[in-house]
Amino acid sequence: MKEELRKLAGPAAFVFLLAGCWSSDTPGDAAAGGETAEGAAGQVTLTGAGATFPYPIYSRWFSLYSESNPVRVNYQSIGSGGGIRQMIEGTVDFGATDAPLTDEDLASIPGTLSIPTVLGAVVVTYNLPELTTPLQLDGETTAAIFLGEIANWQDPRIAALNPGVTLPEQDIIPVHRSDGSGTTYVFTDYLTAVSPVFTSRVGRGNAVSWPTGLGARGNEGVTGQVRQTPGSVGYVEQVYARQNDLPMASIRNAAGEFVAPGIEATTAAAVGIEARIPENNDFRLSIVNAGGPGAYPIASWTYLLISPHMEDCARATALLELVEWALMEGEGDAVALGYAPLTMEIRVRAMNALKVVTCGPENRPVIDPAETFGGIEWPSRSFGALFPKDAGGQSG
Amino acid sequence: MASRAETTPGGAPPAAPKKSLRALVPSRARGNLADQVYGTLLQGCGLILPLLFGFMILQIGREAWFAVSTFGGGFVTSSSWNPVSGEFGALPFIYGTIVSSFLALAIAVPLSVGLAIFLTELAPLWLARPIAFATELLAAIPSVVYGLWGIFVLVPFLRSTIQEPLSEALGGVIPFFAGPAYGFSILSGAVIISIMIVPFISAVAREVLEAVPRDQREAALALGATRWEMTWHVALPYALPGIIGGSILGLGRALGETMAVTMVIGNRPDIPVSLFAPGYTMASVLANEFAEATGDLYLSALMEIALILFGITLVVNVLAQLLVWRVSKRGGQA
Amino acid sequence: MTDAINRRRKIQNTVWLTLTGVASLLVVVPLILIFYHLISSGAGALNVAFFTRLPAPVGETGGGMANALLGTAQLVFYAGLFGIPIAVAVGVFMAEAGRTRFGSFVRLVADVMNGIPSIVVGIFVWAWVVVAMGGFSLLAGAIALAVMLIPMVARTTEEMVRLVPKELREGGQALGFTRWRTTLGIVLPAAKSGILTGVLVALARIAGETAPLLFTAFGNPFWEWRLNEPVASLPLLIYQYAISPYDDWHRQAWAASLVLIGLVLVVNVLARSIFKNPYRSR
Repeated sequence: MKEELRKLAGPAAFVFLLAGCWSSDTPGDAAAGGETAEGAAGQVTLTGAGATFPYPIYSRWFSLYSESNPVRVNYQSIGSGGGIRQMIEGTVDFGATDAPLTDEDLASIPGTLSIPTVLGAVVVTYNLPELTTPLQLDGETTAAIFLGEIANWQDPRIAALNPGVTLPEQDIIPVHRSDGSGTTYVFTDYLTAVSPVFTSRVGRGNAVSWPTGLGARGNEGVTGQVRQTPGSVGYVEQVYARQNDLPMASIRNAAGEFVAPGIEATTAAAVGIEARIPENNDFRLSIVNAGGPGAYPIASWTYLLISPHMEDCARATALLELVEWALMEGEGDAVALGYAPLTMEIRVRAMNALKVVTCGPENRPVIDPAETFGGIEWPSRSFGALFPKDAGGQSG
Repeated sequence: MASRAETTPGGAPPAAPKKSLRALVPSRARGNLADQVYGTLLQGCGLILPLLFGFMILQIGREAWFAVSTFGGGFVTSSSWNPVSGEFGALPFIYGTIVSSFLALAIAVPLSVGLAIFLTELAPLWLARPIAFATELLAAIPSVVYGLWGIFVLVPFLRSTIQEPLSEALGGVIPFFAGPAYGFSILSGAVIISIMIVPFISAVAREVLEAVPRDQREAALALGATRWEMTWHVALPYALPGIIGGSILGLGRALGETMAVTMVIGNRPDIPVSLFAPGYTMASVLANEFAEATGDLYLSALMEIALILFGITLVVNVLAQLLVWRVSKRGGQA
Repeated sequence: MTDAINRRRKIQNTVWLTLTGVASLLVVVPLILIFYHLISSGAGALNVAFFTRLPAPVGETGGGMANALLGTAQLVFYAGLFGIPIAVAVGVFMAEAGRTRFGSFVRLVADVMNGIPSIVVGIFVWAWVVVAMGGFSLLAGAIALAVMLIPMVARTTEEMVRLVPKELREGGQALGFTRWRTTLGIVLPAAKSGILTGVLVALARIAGETAPLLFTAFGNPFWEWRLNEPVASLPLLIYQYAISPYDDWHRQAWAASLVLIGLVLVVNVLARSIFKNPYRSR
């Protein structure tokens, strides 16, 4: 037995050592001219980290893209806070966040571009198998639930919003994020807009001090907790609730209508956003509490954080080509999952904003300044066919 | 053979200095040079661990310094953990760590001692061996697997079988049982830690119980004591220091448990009275929030928590080691 | 009167001794439950896909943990590569210099280091290696595991070297061996099966560690050989999948746990078969 082990150990060691020492594509490997030798078979490896909000579509995109391009993306969904932090530390090639960079954070990584990729919505999901129709909630009630002021599902405030529905006599167990989260930012952005009590007691941010409830890690964790805990309620990105057949509450928007989450509702929330983007293409904008017809009030887009200068031109080119593919051709996959696409105008502006990115020691621009962009349009009318269940719940 | 002992180890040292050095050494002690080199090298190796340990303290302490100087002593008494406003206090985590660990100890020690007594006094060999093996196996299960089992088996069980009935029946009266049945709670954390530390405490308990001298036991039995009386009045008192040492060792492990606890404790930085409410331990907050602490103060505050955790486990482990060492010096072990 | 007292004593005897039996049952039951769930939930997912395919995108089924299996193997390999030589050297030192004050001090440090929470080790290695390298990596993960391995193996090495009867040493010295030749040429080979056992058991333990890898190895959805890139590992994936909502991921987490436990079991059985101690007077 021992002899066999010893015989195995030698060759195994040899294989590992050989493979480990064979390193191409090392980060910061700056050969002359800023061009590094690409790895075996021209492979480029990119590392990214951040938001869990877009993780389903990012993982899909990166997987699809690597099938026909020699680019591998290692994306770790550790939350928006993690994405921002790793960008500041410089340990990743790009970050991802739903919470816009604060000016403070921006000061640590000056010039970092926030590029929107998809539109999504934060839904209020719950574990009440007895209910057959989605709950209806409004901003103040939701805030009260998460503040712990409403502790039982049979509370009159919830009953008032849901006439004719038999609510179970059960404790409410709120679930929030325990990590630094852009989803939390969007949710608290909405709650602070509609509830002054929430503003004074909790406030808005990536990682706030919730008065009550369980903490879970990532959108995945919150969804998992809600699934496991009867009577619980949590806030997650729409796609997670859909993928796990969890119910989503219809929220009353600023115009007074109860809007169920859906692609059209998210798109409606973003109507007119193009006009609000300033000349310098600073995409950090909020679209919560939208009041248009059929607009879902807790929507947001999510950003990729890209550094204005990257030392390694191979990686910079690979990254920007990936972003271009995702924006111009990948929105369909996003829609298939349940995200809402960006309009062509925003996508073109985003790519144009990326023209400032330079690489290598001579600071050459990665994208040709004269390049123009175009891709597939996604008309907003055809979404009903993708998610027939939505058609019944939508009001407007 | 004898001639090879005279050559020096390792490489080809320059001939001239070698010769003069060797000339200084009397011929019968010529092997001493090699031995001295060996001895020095070995002493050097001995330094590795203390150096590594010191380096650890240095690194963490250096990173924690910002928070230490900003918050001072208030850090361990403040219970607000608010990354938005920049207020950080470690009290909820210290509370959660201590409560879950001591509760785990309260559950694990009687079980471990009972198990040890059963194995040494009662169980026939065909039963004792598999049970002992099973207990060792418990120690070999990785923490994350305990957590996995905790999420899908233990927590639902505790929620429906213990928390719901108890909080409905006694919740108004006993504050420890008050509040909704979260499932993910300090109680779940404590139970899972207790399962994980039983193997350690019971291993030590078994050793010290087996070391009780036969003549002591037999004297008690000869005087007419029942087996239990003999165990309780003779064997256990003899084994007590060792059991205490083992328990403190178990406590040390409990304090540092990370993954299993993070997965079942509910992750809420709060100081609840109810055992059924979610809590947070120092190890868990590090696991959850370290990768994304933006801002130097946040990171430094987490580093300070790491330092405190390090310090607490250090003290507990040294205490346990001294106790176990004293017991073995007392002549218990062969 | 004595009868009443004796009856009471007999009852007490039975009650308490039964309680110890109950305690033993309570300890064994979770183990049985864990294994039951491991097998019932995990065995089904242990298919070819699990061992050969890479993780699928979020929410899709059909992925596997092939790269995590390799990643864990690599982490353990490099941790052993860095840690075992150092640990054995320290262990030999402790065995030789055990009675001196310095030797006892080092032993105390080793025992204390064995008790350091693994998350603290991870944070330490993050501050030391990850920050210096500018990124997460297999190397950092391996170093973190090595830091955990060294005190473990040092102590078991010390114990095994101590177990070698002094007659062997004295025999060597009688033949004219100097100290270093005695240790390296006689004592160590005599202790080697014991040392190997300790090494194997320690390697199995670090294979299951998650916390030190959280901020060092980080994770990777692809195959990875390079030392300076993040790497996937079984415990990290188990953690990620366990807290997620997807049933397919849950099944894979159980399967991966089954693999880990299987590995630990195999190593422990192997260790027992290797180390048949001829010296213990049991």
